Amino acid sequence: MEVRERPPAEAITKNTPLAKVRSQLAQIPLLGWLLGTLLTVVIEQAVGRPLALALGLSNIPGLFGLRIMLTKPALIPSAVAYVLLVYVLPTLVVARLSAPLANRLAQQLLDRFPLWVSLIVHLGLFYATMHLWGDISAYRVLFLKFILISIILTLSLNLVNGYMGEFSCSHPGFMALGAYGASVLTVLLFVNDDVFGTSLLPPALGPFLFPLTLVAGGLLASVGALVVAIPSFRTRGDYLAIISLAFMFIVKSVIENLEIIGGPRGFMNQPKWANLPTVFVWTAICLWMIYNFTRSTIGKAMCAVRDDEIAASAMTVNTRHTKIVTFLFAAFWAGVAGGLFAHVIGYINPGTFGVYKLSEVLAMVYLGGLNSVVGSIAGAAGLQLLMEVLRPLELFKWIVIPVLLIVLMIRRPTGLIAFTEVNIEDLLQPRRVPGKER
Amino acid sequence: MTLATFFQHVLNALQWGSFYALIALGYSMVYGVLMLFNFTHGDIFMVGAYIGFFVSSGLVAFASLGIVALPNWLILVLTIILSMFLTSFVGMLVERVGYRPLRGVPRASAAITGLMIGIVLETGNLALLGARRRKFPILIETQGYQLGPVTVTNTKIMIVFLSLLLTLALHQFVRRSKWGMAMRAMAYDFVVVPLRGVPLNTIAALTFGLGSALAAAAGIFFGIAYPVLNPYMGLLIGWKAFVAAILGGRGSILGAALAGFLLGFIEIFVAAVFPSTLRDVIAYSIILLILTFRPHGFFGEPYSAHLRL
Repeated sequence: MEVRERPPAEAITKNTPLAKVRSQLAQIPLLGWLLGTLLTVVIEQAVGRPLALALGLSNIPGLFGLRIMLTKPALIPSAVAYVLLVYVLPTLVVARLSAPLANRLAQQLLDRFPLWVSLIVHLGLFYATMHLWGDISAYRVLFLKFILISIILTLSLNLVNGYMGEFSCSHPGFMALGAYGASVLTVLLFVNDDVFGTSLLPPALGPFLFPLTLVAGGLLASVGALVVAIPSFRTRGDYLAIISLAFMFIVKSVIENLEIIGGPRGFMNQPKWANLPTVFVWTAICLWMIYNFTRSTIGKAMCAVRDDEIAASAMTVNTRHTKIVTFLFAAFWAGVAGGLFAHVIGYINPGTFGVYKLSEVLAMVYLGGLNSVVGSIAGAAGLQLLMEVLRPLELFKWIVIPVLLIVLMIRRPTGLIAFTEVNIEDLLQPRRVPGKER
Repeated sequence: MTLATFFQHVLNALQWGSFYALIALGYSMVYGVLMLFNFTHGDIFMVGAYIGFFVSSGLVAFASLGIVALPNWLILVLTIILSMFLTSFVGMLVERVGYRPLRGVPRASAAITGLMIGIVLETGNLALLGARRRKFPILIETQGYQLGPVTVTNTKIMIVFLSLLLTLALHQFVRRSKWGMAMRAMAYDFVVVPLRGVPLNTIAALTFGLGSALAAAAGIFFGIAYPVLNPYMGLLIGWKAFVAAILGGRGSILGAALAGFLLGFIEIFVAAVFPSTLRDVIAYSIILLILTFRPHGFFGEPYSAHLRL
């Protein structure tokens, strides 16, 4: 696994103002940045609204003022001022001021405790930031949930299309299986409605057993993935693409024909248990598992199968085992993403899991970059943000986004961040202060 | 099912299959020669249908001026030829914008640009022409003939006949002409053949152009058979034709056409025997079975290492 070398802070020339800023910023560890953003959102909670009103905005801008800039060009200066005053400036100042403290803290965390403690602390801070940011409006919470679900989905597709080098089109199908599996279980077990009658278990138990229903949905998707995984023993590449595409259509069509779960009308009444902490925890688990999966023996076997199946098999890689495990694992996470999606919205219909979903997920994977967990996160979050920000353009959104993606693909054909990985241990390290050895 | 309804279904399946076959040819050519998925092709079919609509409406309006006497059959012939010609440029444009800059990078990237150009075409159509559905002008009156108990219409016969003709023409072009030979050579070896002086860009543009022309023909035939056009008409039919193209086997023109007709037969007969909502389930399950036992399509060669995505 390739690890990107970070240049030492001393190496940056200190002549230009930009370089000075960069050398200042290079001293801030991740912990410092997280502290900065956390304080920023606290500040936004405290003074965001008066400040926004003072700047002439009607309310706190939902997404960094980007949508306001599109709908009301006259307000662009105020929106920019708001972003600078509330987000950029406090983050920079706090991060820089707290850098010595944060560096020491990060060092202590790494020295005294195992790695995962430091990781949990960072994730906790990140979640706190996200939670407080989302506290401002329900819209932001929904947006964050969609980003997190897209990340799970993109990562799991990246396993098959990136690490294993197939071109699988079946992910909307896996997602649909997971969504319907989990929804049917929760509605059957915990909800009194007219489809399945009274709940089999007391509804109060629901939120506690909800993860189990998600897992069940994921397992259902895994079972469905066998349909694609078994033919992949004999064929790959383009013919497998067709098999997976056919699978996607079959799933959609089967669901449309099952009257008991609503058929083409969709399935509703799912309790909205997928709140932000739940989705976040699932995303974190998914990230952790997939990150480790790609670095495990089977992950390496996966890359070997991608590069040369025959050679891999000659070097004692069990290609069938590798393929089936990867497919089932990826499908499981797609199913979990589907289950979360269903319990965020509280309604699903088979039309959601069609070719448009496929285009979206494929675009996220290839935009972000193959073989890269970070790339997938960037691709999913980037595209989701783009789709949300450009919403005021209405119909023209679907011209602007594809054109942007085409330009991006042509400029960076392998995606934004492909075939590179951030070493987590590296990321959590404190930064050295220039000229001062530890 | 009586014998009469059986033959009626055969006729319907032939017509339905000819749309798939004509569109699948375009996919198959691009796939065979350049090893790329042209995911824009379904939308090129839609664009072809709209171009056909505008050309034929224009010609009808021109004929009604009374300067030149234009009988309806001549309008139809002119519409087909002109639309095929115009749509081939759309195909070449797609190649130039979305595929040529991405040659030599992982093929999936080009698939993404193709998908995105497709979305641009759909939305652009919607934005330019509005959500109102267009009605294709009726150029030839549908006449039914009774062949025993089976009703045969002249439009069905014409569509099936012209589709077969175009398929065979393409096959002959690829088999016999110099350009066709260059295309086959390119399909054989993508790297060495350009070194021997075969212009890669011209061949690529030609491949896209020819495929798009056939898609335009399919679009016009579709407009004649089902005269309501909408911007998303190419979406589902395009993906299905894509399945047919791959099912036919890499680079096999007759295979793609055959698979297109087969898909038409499966769909029509499934809908005839079972409830029509089960059509997709059964059709795709059959395809899945075929691919499980013949993993390289009907006429495709086994997968080799350098054809990787």
